[in-house]
Amino acid sequence: MLQGIAFYLLAAVAVVSALLVVTAKNPVHSVLWLILAFFSSAGLFVLLGAEFLAMLLVVVYVGAVAVLFLFVVMMLDVDFVKLREGYARYLPLAAIVAAVLLAEMIVISLTVASGGAAADAVGPVAATADQSNVEAIGRVLYTDYVYFFQAAGIVLLIAMIGAIVLTLRHKPNIKRQNIARQVGRDAKTAMEVKSVTTGAGVTPEDLI
Amino acid sequence: MAVSLAHYLAVAAILFTIGVFGIFVNRKNVIIILMSIELILLAVNINFVAFSAYLNDIQGQIMAMFVLTVAAAEAAVGLAILVTFFRNRGDIAVDDASVMKG
Repeated sequence: MLQGIAFYLLAAVAVVSALLVVTAKNPVHSVLWLILAFFSSAGLFVLLGAEFLAMLLVVVYVGAVAVLFLFVVMMLDVDFVKLREGYARYLPLAAIVAAVLLAEMIVISLTVASGGAAADAVGPVAATADQSNVEAIGRVLYTDYVYFFQAAGIVLLIAMIGAIVLTLRHKPNIKRQNIARQVGRDAKTAMEVKSVTTGAGVTPEDLI
Repeated sequence: MAVSLAHYLAVAAILFTIGVFGIFVNRKNVIIILMSIELILLAVNINFVAFSAYLNDIQGQIMAMFVLTVAAAEAAVGLAILVTFFRNRGDIAVDDASVMKG
């Protein structure tokens, strides 16, 4: 009973906030709704007994991805009203496609859930008494899936390098530190004595 | 009021559809399109975890972790491309992105 109430509450919040992500006028609000959708989904994961993934969702999505989105949205100086121009024009087509897609997927879901091995499932199997969810994941992840785990690390490394290479930019007229030149300075090249005639003053050209 | 597997699959289906809907209606706004892709991947994750829990097989959660990894990498690279695109053109309208084709 309590689980049912929690499920419907979290599911409703997730669906409504997901709808607001795609319909909000201000992209900053979209990002905030996205965060709410991720939080409610993390709640659904907890209901399913996947505590580790729920916390991962909060840390990775809310803590990293959503904040990244927020940074980019706030840094880009874009006229977001102009970007919504085609909204009303595409709405009918999008609604039709979405309705068809949703109907198909619900039918498939009901078929899958009511037949085969899934039909015999009694309920979400939470952590067993002798093994927590984290332990169960670790036992499989670091044995059967260890190569996939390494590959995931490589994917993240490549993504990091790619993002840095894409956004790194050397402006030509910015003064940078050249350590070799800095260390190679000596008194002969660093200083120059100029004779200034008395009473004539100094012009900027004399200083160069 | 017992929550069955079909309930979770329905929620995931709705989230997936909202993601596709978002890509359709916000065709000019790349940021919203990227967020819609995140929603779609979240729906996939819910499916994975729901099956994992109801079939008592932990491998679904492992797969969900990998999906999460790829989604984070995709968001980082996508936003980096977006920032570079904005720098070069001063705008992020997707229609103009066709100039990038060879």
